[in-house]
Amino acid sequence: MRMILSRLFSAKMIKFDAVSKRYPGGHEALNNISFHLEKAAFAFLTGHSGAGKSTLLKLIMQMEKASSGQVFVNGQNLNRLSRRQLPYFRRNIGLVFQDHQLLFDRSVFENVALPLQIAGYDSREAGRRVRAALDKVGLLKKENQNPIALSGGEQQRVGIARAVVNKPALLLADEPTGNLDPLLSAEIMELFEEFNRVGVSVLIASHDLSLIAKLRYPVLTLDHGRMIRGATEKVVSDS
Amino acid sequence: MAAPKKVSKIKKPAKTNKPKRQKLSRPGSLSALLRNHQRVAVDSLDRLFATAAASALTWAMIAIAIALPLFLFIVLQNLQQFGSNLDETTQISIYMELDSSDAELLAAQNALNSHPTILSTEVINQAQALEEFQSLSGFGDALSGLTENPLPAVIVVTPNTEILEQVRALVSELSNIDKVDSVQYDLDWLQRLYGILNLAQRLTMMLGVLLAFGVALVVGNTVRLAIENRRDEIVVVKLVGGTDSFVARPFLYTGLWYGVGGGILASVLVLLAQFFMQGPVSALADLYNGEFVLIRLSLIDIFNVLLLGGFLGWFGAWLSVLRHLRAIEPR
Ligand SMILES: Nc1ncnc2c1ncn2[C@@H]1O[C@H](COP(=O)(O)OP(=O)(O)O)[C@@H](O)[C@H]1O
Ligand SMILES: [Mg+2]
Repeated sequence: MRMILSRLFSAKMIKFDAVSKRYPGGHEALNNISFHLEKAAFAFLTGHSGAGKSTLLKLIMQMEKASSGQVFVNGQNLNRLSRRQLPYFRRNIGLVFQDHQLLFDRSVFENVALPLQIAGYDSREAGRRVRAALDKVGLLKKENQNPIALSGGEQQRVGIARAVVNKPALLLADEPTGNLDPLLSAEIMELFEEFNRVGVSVLIASHDLSLIAKLRYPVLTLDHGRMIRGATEKVVSDS
Repeated sequence: MAAPKKVSKIKKPAKTNKPKRQKLSRPGSLSALLRNHQRVAVDSLDRLFATAAASALTWAMIAIAIALPLFLFIVLQNLQQFGSNLDETTQISIYMELDSSDAELLAAQNALNSHPTILSTEVINQAQALEEFQSLSGFGDALSGLTENPLPAVIVVTPNTEILEQVRALVSELSNIDKVDSVQYDLDWLQRLYGILNLAQRLTMMLGVLLAFGVALVVGNTVRLAIENRRDEIVVVKLVGGTDSFVARPFLYTGLWYGVGGGILASVLVLLAQFFMQGPVSALADLYNGEFVLIRLSLIDIFNVLLLGGFLGWFGAWLSVLRHLRAIEPR
């Protein structure tokens, strides 16, 4: 018991241990990756298109399985995660997509409420949390609109509200500013920083180097599936 | 002294708030599950009504597939009443030729009474036959216009054996007697009727089983399309931590509602058919002198039909979910 507890408290948020990913067809998207991300850290994952950024995030979400090596999230070895445990594991991770993946058959409110519905919150508590999340991204007034009526930046913020509404310990984002102009991108980044400030670990995949350069956070760089920077450096939060 | 009081005043509401909040939200509890069931049940029914035209088509297909064997089954149940009083009808009717006299009739009866395999005989002469027919059939007026009595005299013979071979031998012996027109052995046609009814019942059962599979397949296919239509939603739900059963639930309820709706419609169809046939059937029942009781679709039957429909719909949806839902994974 004590060992488990101490392991949990000392566990890294994310830890890759000699991870490779080969897609069916033989393409090696990740090659012998080792790195870790401390709890409450903020880091960027960068690299050219096709370098393996999305693949790395998918391994963390268990949308793909590692071909070799081990991935740990919060001390849990994902190789040992059963299909039954997978949904409960995912509830601890918020995921933001480039194309936001909102559902257009329901309102902004209902989109954000989805993770809470799944987790089984009653409507009162869910409503309270949804409004808090929408308030944080500045969209409280648009809760009853259909997301299709919102601008690109607003849609992305709805996606972020949905990702954080369940108060996950880890927030992953895959090119969250890919479709946005620099001003909107900066706003989105500020949001991520705010969540990080209250202790959420954040890992953002982006090839937008100018944006990354503006913010002084640790950077993990991938090149053709190999980690060429960040692997040996300590990626810790010091904010 | 004032400072601690203030602190406790501030803290108190926070303290009482915390457990309350936890009480309100207990994700993963049984009540949360029930809440989700309720929400999904209503939502999936709403969706069916939102696409009413397409849903109605599916409902109609299911209804016909259930109503057909159900109606046949009720008809058979009614027909089976004819075979229920088998003991009384172990009788042989001897129809005499029309020109046979009453004297010849009595002579025949006397001869029969001494036969070793005959227990008793009863004579219905031509006049009695006409009288009985007039009172029972309701065709009295039509027949009173006839100058000649068209009905033959009948000797009803009760054999003292129930062994079919011996009765058959007696029947063929009787048909050779002078002045006998024809011999009717009721059990014979009853047994034939029984055989036919048994066969019809088997066929109805087979038809029922086949159509039940048909219902499951129709629902399964409709649910497959629904799954395809909600593909994006399924992917998102799985990514934010929806379990397999959470993802499957709306589709299982969709199947359930298709089945229950089809069952309701099937019951309506059968009730309509009954109403349509009521006139002729009750006239026929009167002929049978009250021995015949019309069996209708009862409330319990309707309840069972809804239950069966619901089960078949759910089962079809389950098959579809099993095949198609797991294949949809976030990539
Ligand atoms: N499902 C897949 N099947 C086969 N190859 C894939 C698949 N997904 C990605 N790849 C390949 O893996 C490499 C890395 O892709 P990805 O992780 O999407 O890179 P990035 O997000 O950095 O652009 C690319 O060469 C891509 O073509
Ligand atoms: Mg990518």
